[in-house]
Amino acid sequence: MAKVLFKKQLSKDVFLMRLEAPLIAEERKAGQFIILQTNEDVGERIPLTIADADKKDGSITIIFQVVGKTTFDLSLFNEGDNIPTLVGPLGKPTHIEKFGTVVGVGGGIGVAPLHPIAQALKEAGNHLILIIGARTKELLILEDEMKEIADELIVCTDDGSYGRKALVTEPLKEVCERNFKPDLAIAIGPPIMMKFCAETTRPYGVQTLVSLNTIMVDGTGMCGGCRVNVDGKAKFVCVDGPEFDGHKVDFDNMMARLNSYKDMETIAHKCRLEEEIKRKGGLK
Amino acid sequence: MSFRTKEELSKEAKVLLDKFLPIKDNLKPKDRITIPLQEMPSQDPVVRRGNLDEVALGYTEEQARVEAMRCLQCKNKPCVAGCPVAIDIPLFIQHIVDGDYQSAVNVIKKTNLLPSICGRVCPQEVQCQLPCTLGKVFKDVDKSVSIGRLERFVADWERNTGKVSIPEVKPGTGKKVAIVGSGPAGLVVAADVRREGHEVTIFEAFHKLGGVTRYGIPEFRLPNYVIDQEIDTLKKMGVKIEKNYVIGRTRQLLDLINKDGFSAIFVGTGAGLPMFMGIEGESLVGVFSANEYLTRANLMRAFERGVADTPIYKSKKVAVLGGGNVAMDSARMAVRLGAEKVYVVYRRTEVEMPARKEEVAHAKEEGIEFHFLQNAKRIFGDEKGKVNAMECLRYELGEPDDSGRRRPVVIPNSEFIMEVDTVIVAIGNNSNPLISQTTPELKVNKWGNIIVDENQKTSIDRIYAGGDIVLGAATVILAMGEGRKAAASINELLKNEK
Ligand SMILES: Cc1cc2nc3c(=O)[nH]c(=O)nc-3n(C[C@H](O)[C@H](O)[C@H](O)COP(=O)(O)OP(=O)(O)OC[C@H]3O[C@@H](n4cnc5c(N)ncnc54)[C@H](O)[C@@H]3O)c2cc1C
Ligand SMILES: Cc1cc2nc3c(=O)[nH]c(=O)nc-3n(C[C@H](O)[C@H](O)[C@H](O)COP(=O)(O)OP(=O)(O)OC[C@H]3O[C@@H](n4cnc5c(N)ncnc54)[C@H](O)[C@@H]3O)c2cc1C
Ligand code: SF4
Ligand code: SF4
Ligand code: FES
Repeated sequence: MAKVLFKKQLSKDVFLMRLEAPLIAEERKAGQFIILQTNEDVGERIPLTIADADKKDGSITIIFQVVGKTTFDLSLFNEGDNIPTLVGPLGKPTHIEKFGTVVGVGGGIGVAPLHPIAQALKEAGNHLILIIGARTKELLILEDEMKEIADELIVCTDDGSYGRKALVTEPLKEVCERNFKPDLAIAIGPPIMMKFCAETTRPYGVQTLVSLNTIMVDGTGMCGGCRVNVDGKAKFVCVDGPEFDGHKVDFDNMMARLNSYKDMETIAHKCRLEEEIKRKGGLK
Repeated sequence: MSFRTKEELSKEAKVLLDKFLPIKDNLKPKDRITIPLQEMPSQDPVVRRGNLDEVALGYTEEQARVEAMRCLQCKNKPCVAGCPVAIDIPLFIQHIVDGDYQSAVNVIKKTNLLPSICGRVCPQEVQCQLPCTLGKVFKDVDKSVSIGRLERFVADWERNTGKVSIPEVKPGTGKKVAIVGSGPAGLVVAADVRREGHEVTIFEAFHKLGGVTRYGIPEFRLPNYVIDQEIDTLKKMGVKIEKNYVIGRTRQLLDLINKDGFSAIFVGTGAGLPMFMGIEGESLVGVFSANEYLTRANLMRAFERGVADTPIYKSKKVAVLGGGNVAMDSARMAVRLGAEKVYVVYRRTEVEMPARKEEVAHAKEEGIEFHFLQNAKRIFGDEKGKVNAMECLRYELGEPDDSGRRRPVVIPNSEFIMEVDTVIVAIGNNSNPLISQTTPELKVNKWGNIIVDENQKTSIDRIYAGGDIVLGAATVILAMGEGRKAAASINELLKNEK
């Protein structure tokens, strides 16, 4: 059980929560995630990245976007409420060292998982170029936090409502073409964005890490539901990842697998979701 | 055999009981062998295809006493040698003949702490019932005394009459013991160590307890209330439980000793790492490990569509690859989830199938089709990456291999296509490497199984292990047996300390 210590709405359907979880706060490292349930009996187990942690007050921060039933339920939890199931930290931590120049790309909600990794890379002495993007201005998150740690920050929106009007791959390409090409790229966001980031860096030979957000059940390597093809081999995202070499990931297969339950979830969840939103007075 | 209801079976048994009970103390072996084997009452196959309720309903009292009278009470007790925990089988059976069920339970519980689980899931035909004299007389192991069913009968009797007693706990010793994993092995260690007065904490990665008996074996074979009751007993004994706690992640194994003050640890983390075939198309949408399929249905309750949030794939034609209990459970679950056709595809023949006979029989009654001497070669998908067919190969049996089973040999050019939309891979589990990866000092063999000595001690002092993490995917009773040995070692270790 984990108590909600603090809650804040960051954008239309993105929320930040600080949860009481002293053991996880103590052990976690950048790149790791938790799994939670909003109901122990019938709830789904969903993975969320640990966006930040504070050992002193024993708390972790999660940032999530409402996309379906569980994330919606979660958005209804308030300060003082208890989240029934919280387990972590899961996954392999990001390998942090001084690479030189690192370019980090965060798209949409992917900016949240990028933040702790960028922070750790900065602390390790890397020169940090950060590119963050969203569909539109309202969906952009953590700009101030990213500005604080970046040596250079590039903000873009798909519709040009804020920052540069571009997809994140455009500035990424420019960065790769500079005189000093980056030593490492990290791209986190929707699978399609990560796929194209990897395609962008490939011709320049810039090693590119991606953090995969497959469907999970247990998160401990027991079910194989999170498996992806990396370099032709099946890897389990929850224990072998979540980070992999983006040039070796079979994104098309991963995207197909992410949609495994789409028809069912959209039918079953949508009706229930709409009903519930009505009952609970809608999202703010 | 046509389906017979519990009422019919019970009525028949009543007639037999009236005949034999008055002469129960004078029954000669030649009388006993004339008593017909009591069939297990079960849910009507047509009805049970649509529900998760238990299939085997359990003997009625009359049936149990009649079945018990079949036992020849052999002096040399060959059956006892077949039971991994050496229950005094003829003795508990005699108590059933005498109608003294409490004494029967007491005999069983001396060595088996979880009889209502073992009575249901032990592969009796290769354990206690294999060497049974009665089976030998008939040259048919299926005609042995139904030891498991009798064990289940008395365990259920104890629960239903509310007579389950809480084992006595000795005064506190102040020493702490950690149990990692709440499968059968862990539960047994918890009980045995707690009885000696040590403080016991179970750490479980999942949000519910019971290990494979909860997330793997379906309700229709082992209802959750049976497991709940065992856990309830442990709680009443004062065992502490930490759920959602992954050792190796939430806390390192050695930190339990070095930082948290535990004097000893038992590792019973099971064999939870699903094997795949390594064939083309295995990552398509619609291919699942049995672990995932069953976990979604059981633990996450996806069977209850509309109630549970966790979805499960909607299938029309399902192929299950494998021939063990896990394959049977997956196939039977698929039937219950509404699949129109379910095929079990197995490389060898029915004789070599490792699944319990009862499960195979039940699966057939439920309309599952068995494809023996066949195996998947590759899986095909449509333009959306969803499974739409499987290419198979035919096999024949060749020379026996190391395990003594005849090795399946592929027949060249025997490829054929099977139309399916779902493939469930149930070919076994390796050991979950989470703990050994994060505790490199812990010695494991090449399959990742933790290496232990004859006292279940690992390569690290104060750390013991048992169950599937040591044996590889095995059975509930073997996991329990190892648990009891480990508990004895832990109790011995702690007894000799300050
Ligand atoms: C390691 C990891 C870290 C993650 N970190 C974050 C994070 O920090 N913040 C955040 O908002 N989200 C994160 N996600 C994604 C998050 O887990 C999903 O958004 C969530 O599971 C959706 O649950 P739901 O019940 O609300 O939606 P559902 O009703 O289950 O699904 C709604 C839609 O989302 C899709 N979907 C389902 N599961 C996932 C998934 N695991 N990833 C992506 N799409 C999915 C479905 O296909 C469906 O179209 C992470 C995922 C992983 C694997
Ligand atoms: C579908 C299926 C059907 C089966 N049918 C039968 C049958 O009919 N008869 C029979 O005798 N046997 C059967 N078996 C086998 C039997 O269930 C196992 O042999 C037995 O459960 C092993 O017990 P265990 O205690 O060693 O491990 P498990 O039951 O596997 O329990 C291990 C527990 O440890 C937890 N864990 C793992 N890692 C960690 C960690 N790092 N930190 C904390 N907790 C952790 C797991 O979540 C799990 O709860 C079946 C198995 C399956 C999968
Ligand atoms: S524990 Fe299993 S093997 Fe032993 S007597 Fe009972 S059913 Fe038979
Ligand atoms: S071997 Fe069979 S008949 Fe003989 S005592 Fe055991 S159960 Fe009874
Ligand atoms: S989530 Fe089950 S193996 Fe990764």
